[in-house]
Amino acid sequence: MAQGALRMSRRLRFAPLALLALVIAALIWRLATPGDSNVHSRLEGQPVPQFVLAGAMPGKAALSSSDLATGHPRLVNIFASWCVPCITEVRVLQQLKSQGVIVDGVAVRDRPADVAQFLARNGDPYERIGSDPQSRLQIALGASGVPESFVVDGMGIIRYQHIGPIEESDVSTILAKLHEAK
Amino acid sequence: MKRLALLMLLLVAQPLLADSNLPPAYWANRQLPDPAQEARAQGLMAELRCLVCQGQSIADSDAELAGDMRDLVRRRIAAGEKPSAIRAWLVQRYGSWISYKPTGELAAWPLWLAPVALLAVGAWMLRHRFRLGTRK
Repeated sequence: MAQGALRMSRRLRFAPLALLALVIAALIWRLATPGDSNVHSRLEGQPVPQFVLAGAMPGKAALSSSDLATGHPRLVNIFASWCVPCITEVRVLQQLKSQGVIVDGVAVRDRPADVAQFLARNGDPYERIGSDPQSRLQIALGASGVPESFVVDGMGIIRYQHIGPIEESDVSTILAKLHEAK
Repeated sequence: MKRLALLMLLLVAQPLLADSNLPPAYWANRQLPDPAQEARAQGLMAELRCLVCQGQSIADSDAELAGDMRDLVRRRIAAGEKPSAIRAWLVQRYGSWISYKPTGELAAWPLWLAPVALLAVGAWMLRHRFRLGTRK
């Protein structure tokens, strides 16, 4: 009995080593394929929360939830004049607009003069822009950063969330999601 | 050389670009006048995860979005909403990820079972030890 226990403990001696190997393997695996640290909104498939935003700049229509249930799919882009990746994204948004996509904007923590300057400098793809000075709509939508975009169908249901700037390589996905939302 | 040094300094200034030009929201860094309400808000804010600095609570984070979330929490508490309702509202949007408070969902079971399992292993090892001692 004691001998059996000894044989057992001899085998157990390698248990810590095996455990170490396991931990190292796990570390290497996670370093090689890092997990997705993006926080995805849970509102896909849900209606856009009720909201009313003031206009983000003079001469531009404001945005509220009722503007998003117009029978046509729309792309709601959360952006800001202080957001650097948004500068390159605006160009892609204009390309989408030229392909018939209706793009609405939500300017997060922004001032009217800054928004106007940003659009004058980089181009203006937006049909409407709402101002979200305390990130309230951003939080209500389950968005975690700027820029982010939501495909909203004609009934006002969120169909797709895109995290980060929309790049050239994302255009086909966005167009497909907008088409699905029809 | 001097110009180069100044240009290098610009690199240090880059993180500033990630912030807006607006001041923090009203209740971001201000306590509620009612101490009981403020205590409830503090309790909740310590258990909500910041979306920007993902290892911090919104009570600890300096990120602007965390400030806006503190503003949202304090406003709702001041309006009489329960902390559990505010937490549920956020979980509905971001998933249980947003809350530090462990839940009873399936994915959290290992967390609850691990201490019990470790205690059991410890007890088994101790028993083994005692037995060996008596046989010697």
